[in-house]
Amino acid sequence: MTMKTNLLATTTLSICLATAAAAQDVPASAEDDVLKIGLILTLSGPAASLGEQARNGFMLAADRIGELGGVETEIVVIDDEQRPDKAADDARELVQRENVDFVVGPIFSNIAVAIHQPVTESGTILISPNAGPSDFAGAQCNPNFFATSYQNDQNHEVMGAYAQKQGFQNVFLMAPNYQAGKDSLAGFKNSYTGGTAGEVFTELGQLDFSSELAQIAAFQPDALFAFMPGGMGVNLVKQYDQAGLSSIPFLSAFTVDETTLPATQDAALGLLGGANWAPDLDNAANEEFVSEYIEEYGHVPGTYAMQAYDAAQLIDSAVEKVGGDLTDRDALRAALKEADFDSPRGDFSFGVNNFPVQDFYLVEAVKRDDGLYATSVREKIFDDYVDTYAENCTME
Amino acid sequence: MMNLLVLQLLNGLQLGVLLFLIAAGLTLVFGIMDVVNLAHGVLYMVGAYFIATFAAMTGSFWWGLLLTVPAAIAVGLILELVVIRRLYDRSHLDQVLATFGLVMIANEAVKIVWGTSPLAVPMPELLSGSVPLMGPLQYPVYRIAIIASGLAMAGGLYLVINHTRIGMLLRAGATNRAMVSALGIDIGKLFAIVFTLGAVLACIAGALVAPILSVDTGMGESVLILTFVVVVIGGIGSIRGAFLGAILVAVVDTLGGVFGPILLRSVLDPSAAGQAGRMLAPMLIYILMAALLCVKPDGLFGGRG
Repeated sequence: MTMKTNLLATTTLSICLATAAAAQDVPASAEDDVLKIGLILTLSGPAASLGEQARNGFMLAADRIGELGGVETEIVVIDDEQRPDKAADDARELVQRENVDFVVGPIFSNIAVAIHQPVTESGTILISPNAGPSDFAGAQCNPNFFATSYQNDQNHEVMGAYAQKQGFQNVFLMAPNYQAGKDSLAGFKNSYTGGTAGEVFTELGQLDFSSELAQIAAFQPDALFAFMPGGMGVNLVKQYDQAGLSSIPFLSAFTVDETTLPATQDAALGLLGGANWAPDLDNAANEEFVSEYIEEYGHVPGTYAMQAYDAAQLIDSAVEKVGGDLTDRDALRAALKEADFDSPRGDFSFGVNNFPVQDFYLVEAVKRDDGLYATSVREKIFDDYVDTYAENCTME
Repeated sequence: MMNLLVLQLLNGLQLGVLLFLIAAGLTLVFGIMDVVNLAHGVLYMVGAYFIATFAAMTGSFWWGLLLTVPAAIAVGLILELVVIRRLYDRSHLDQVLATFGLVMIANEAVKIVWGTSPLAVPMPELLSGSVPLMGPLQYPVYRIAIIASGLAMAGGLYLVINHTRIGMLLRAGATNRAMVSALGIDIGKLFAIVFTLGAVLACIAGALVAPILSVDTGMGESVLILTFVVVVIGGIGSIRGAFLGAILVAVVDTLGGVFGPILLRSVLDPSAAGQAGRMLAPMLIYILMAALLCVKPDGLFGGRG
């Protein structure tokens, strides 16, 4: 046997062994009687506030419940620094060395893509409290992957549907020039068939929008649709207000929310967004969540916090259902799929692809009675909405 | 279309005066002291952080702006004394290396002191809102104020450079440094003044822009490249050149970004035009710079041999 074939044979053998291990599907972690959960979130850099909200939301539920599912619980928090390479290493570390039973994360979709395989192939359950890339909702759906958030396109589709419903004829579209920005405008146009007054892709991280605002002022469109997450959104909202454009409806996704409102304050009042929840959604579970969160952390929770809060509730409900026995993976997955907990967003169930089937709302930025800024539900746009990729998913 | 042109010209002017405030210091430091200062953008960032801090402390934008000036002077003097002074006799490569290191240290220090999340500076009540221009067009009062104060500072700088003794020394230093020191001028003191003046101008630019943009750690680098283009176009060491260069670069940048795709649309189909326009617009100022250097290798007003 030559050296090369030898190598090939060894590799094949090890792949076989690895597959066998995966097929057996009970990670070593399941054997001990501690429930170990690893959080991978973006906790530094410009988007740190998103990860902090998710961490706070998860911890709020975990602290309140104490032992999730009645099992002694240990939580490890890791900052992915918004770097996919680091996140993938972290995920492997969590699964192989820390022997976690669940990984909860991440915030960003490119990181979800990086950690998906290392986590799920070991039989560990991955729960995304935010990122919902289309691949994992469609053809590459996986029984070990659950999302407590949404599929990425959905919030944009909400705004498209609203623009359609309002009978807008020419909407000015604006997003940063990267994959999520292009997906955003595509999502919007999925449910909006009217004309566009202009379509602008700005540089990622652009902070001065004077040129784009000049075009909006000159074209006087029926409405603006913008996807400008994080600091870009803060600047756009402030400059929109300063430019005196407030008479033109401002539709957005991931731009006006509880992470940007503390910075934009009054400038954002009246601006519209699409979301699966808002802090003032009227139900008992939500009231409890929002008041406890504000009391604990001093700011209003956003969807990031709510979705992570639900991730913790989901784990709690499933582990309790299986009586703390994490070795029967099929039973655990079935228990997770039941989603038997009270979500602050009201109706919540999992579709075939383990993505939520939930309602979507038009939300508006308001100033609460206590002086804090938050989004507020204006009207329901979609009822029990299933994402468009679910039909491509055949589990197993 | 006319509306868009008017708005974009105003936007160009506003960006231009800001670029000028930063470029003025850079061109003087480069022209007179022969130091390539990559850390100049840091001063712009620090100015923004200063006003964010002082405005939050005093509760007033105006006090914040006022306190930023002495703080900027202090930073300029300290930086010159501790770092820049040691670079005068070193090669440009050493200077680039040292000041680039300074950029990283400064960014990290800012993160440690002020945290990673962007800060907001409230707009002064007096200057918030917008004024009607023509028809439905409105323009933010604050941006008009930036244009006015930038032009005023440019005018002041013109007077200082052309009609005072220190200005005379600056001009002499930019033209022939060796001769100035041979005439018995304390060149060390002159350098400290030049560097501090540049630092103050950059800090003021950062402070002025803070209420429009959020104050963030990366903000220095984003303007630094544009500023270098301005300095090269204007001619190294020339304040007049920096002013014209800044306005030129800013107007080309703002007009090109918007009208480029529109013009292209008349020759290409819309989607291709949009694509090409997006790619061409950021290149325009570099094309401008290359074209100008072909005709005038020293820049518009560069006089040094």
